Amino acid sequence: MPRMTMIEAIRSAMDVAMGRDDDVVVFGEDVGYFGGVFRCTQGLQQKYGRTRCFDTPISELGIVGTAIGMAAYGLRPCVEVQFADYVYPAYDQIVSEAARIRYRSNGQFTCPIVIRMPTGGGIFGGQTHSQSPEALFTHVSGLKVVVPSNPRDAKGLLIAAIEDPDPVIFLEPKRLYNGPFDGHHERPVTPWSKHELGEVPDGHFTVPLGKAEIRREGTALTVLAYGTMVYVAEAAAAETGIDAEIIDMRTLLPLDLDTIVASVSKTGRCVVVHEATLTSGYGAELAALVQEHCFYHLEAPVARVAGWDTPYPHAQEWDYFPGPTRVGEAMIETMEA
Amino acid sequence: MASDKRLSLHVPEPEVRPGDQPDFSEVKIPKAGSVDRPPVDVDARDIRDLAYSIIRVLNRQGEAVGPWSGTLTDEELAEGLRHMMLLRAFDARMLMAQRQGKTSFYMQHMGEEAVSCAFRKALAPGDMNFPTYRQAGLLIAGGYPMVEMMNQIYSNEADPLKGRQLPIMYSSKEHGFFSISGNLGTQFVQAVGWAMASAIKNDTRIAAGWIGDGSTAESDFHAALVFASTYRAPVVLNIVNNQWAISTFQGIARGGSGTFAARGLGFGIPALRVDGNDYLAVHAVAKWAVERARRNLGPTLVEYVTYRVGAHSTSDDPSAYRPKTESDAWPLGDPVIRLKNHLIKRGLWSDERHKQAEAEILDSVIAAQKEAEKHGTLHSGGRPSPRDMFEGVYETMPPHLRRQRQKAGV
Repeated sequence: MPRMTMIEAIRSAMDVAMGRDDDVVVFGEDVGYFGGVFRCTQGLQQKYGRTRCFDTPISELGIVGTAIGMAAYGLRPCVEVQFADYVYPAYDQIVSEAARIRYRSNGQFTCPIVIRMPTGGGIFGGQTHSQSPEALFTHVSGLKVVVPSNPRDAKGLLIAAIEDPDPVIFLEPKRLYNGPFDGHHERPVTPWSKHELGEVPDGHFTVPLGKAEIRREGTALTVLAYGTMVYVAEAAAAETGIDAEIIDMRTLLPLDLDTIVASVSKTGRCVVVHEATLTSGYGAELAALVQEHCFYHLEAPVARVAGWDTPYPHAQEWDYFPGPTRVGEAMIETMEA
Repeated sequence: MASDKRLSLHVPEPEVRPGDQPDFSEVKIPKAGSVDRPPVDVDARDIRDLAYSIIRVLNRQGEAVGPWSGTLTDEELAEGLRHMMLLRAFDARMLMAQRQGKTSFYMQHMGEEAVSCAFRKALAPGDMNFPTYRQAGLLIAGGYPMVEMMNQIYSNEADPLKGRQLPIMYSSKEHGFFSISGNLGTQFVQAVGWAMASAIKNDTRIAAGWIGDGSTAESDFHAALVFASTYRAPVVLNIVNNQWAISTFQGIARGGSGTFAARGLGFGIPALRVDGNDYLAVHAVAKWAVERARRNLGPTLVEYVTYRVGAHSTSDDPSAYRPKTESDAWPLGDPVIRLKNHLIKRGLWSDERHKQAEAEILDSVIAAQKEAEKHGTLHSGGRPSPRDMFEGVYETMPPHLRRQRQKAGV
């Protein structure tokens, strides 16, 4: 099986989708000739032509707004917003339009679009290249929200997202593009070529939306994570010696409650982790669901480890980032509670 | 040395307010027939003057004159009059129904009927409109059943949109009418996207976007013009300038640009202004713009100069922000009366036939209303099931919505 980086896997997903369906079009800022600032669309314009993969003006509103119109026509646009931090000009189009069109037109018009965007920190990107805005989308009925954590899932989930009949926000943790990152920024990065999840099938396959995956089985405590934090949690488990069960949520909306409930009912303890800021973050939803559905199995309060409630800083990146030390401390506290 | 002159902020204000004499001396009205009709493949730079003029066909004597006349047959003109009369009668009945508590909200077209009714006749089957809330003439002139419109307005058990949308936010894919949002401006750029898709697929269908004078201030308007210009999308971009954005006069959105149409010039998009109360002129300009799009010549920006005679919606009172008699002073007259007078002048119509038609149309609206009310009104009779509230959020209902629906017990 070929080994791919997450960038190559995402590119392969779009290649497969465009090859199978002429209605799939790909566009965004720097996406066409150059192939995207992270090179996710490299070669697609050469292969499929300028009318199926093209550069756009710098207007996220325009990118998403035209994609919605194209979807109403019958195409399946998969568009790129260069950084998740840039998506806000398109927010009205996403929330008031993409998410609502099926509902308000009673299915006469639908919106099968994918909005890809690099998310998260760890690259010294400062506050405009590091944000994790997933909770702004998981709060919106009508959207699906996906965060892959490895090349295999990224490809399978992206193909599933492109084939999905409803709008999907596809958040790509940019710190994972070239290799799994466990928060130990001082250590060299393991490339995906040396990781089993860097093995990605050629051709078409899907990873279903709405299904979590248990990344590490354990009995002592459940960690709910997604994206980069999956590897941070793995490092924290290894370093604390706690037999944690680590669940990679993969899809945040709709979420896989059954997998969460089964795990927490077994372990009786739960730590929720994400890079995004704490207050009203996606972790609040996870913590609420765990107490609603697993309260009588819980032996400790549900803990949350998240980014501090500050803008994402530049020089203080590693003071901000919820790395393995903070996650490990929360795991120990939850075990001792 | 520092200047002792302090800065001051300019806040535009209309010429008149309640209690003042209406004054439209600022609205320069060219003579009917005086504006050239360029070929559709004209370079935008060569017709910059059209963004500052007003294309008119019907003169004050009711005659159709000049190079933009002659796009409609006698039968089509008679049909156009009937559509506008029908829309006006429909509005009157639904406005009354709202006052009777049969629905929560209504928006009427009084004075603007020609814009959407005539535009619709320039389109071909399969073309798609991305309308705002004051283009129901697209549906009326497109043959969409009145009963369906009323079912939607009443949010009753037969509402094609299952009670999910505010009254008059219609949607009919079959009739080339995209779902109305209610958030202003959003649909303008979507129209461009739809048109781009049609071009990507080497189709022959074109799109039409709609926006009001006030909403041209939204970023969506700018994005739509950028994308339409860049990709030469086969789209007609329509600005309905009815002078008022709820209580805000059009000068607040227009600023120093002279006209709304002129906003297209910087994008290299041919921009035309047309007398929006002249059915013949609206149709002629729409036909010109539609032909440009169809021939892959790219987008056209059209400003319809008209006047919103009624309130913005059933939720505001215009006498609080403009003179009560302002609509009488509007220099472009009433679209229904102008087309009626033209047909009479041509010997194709008469006052008697007009009165008779009015009565027949009212009967047909009342009959449709009776039919719709059999299916209920907002607060009485048949209504959409609460179960419908949970349907259609996604194609397949996800588990969390299933749980919530169970909890709601519906």
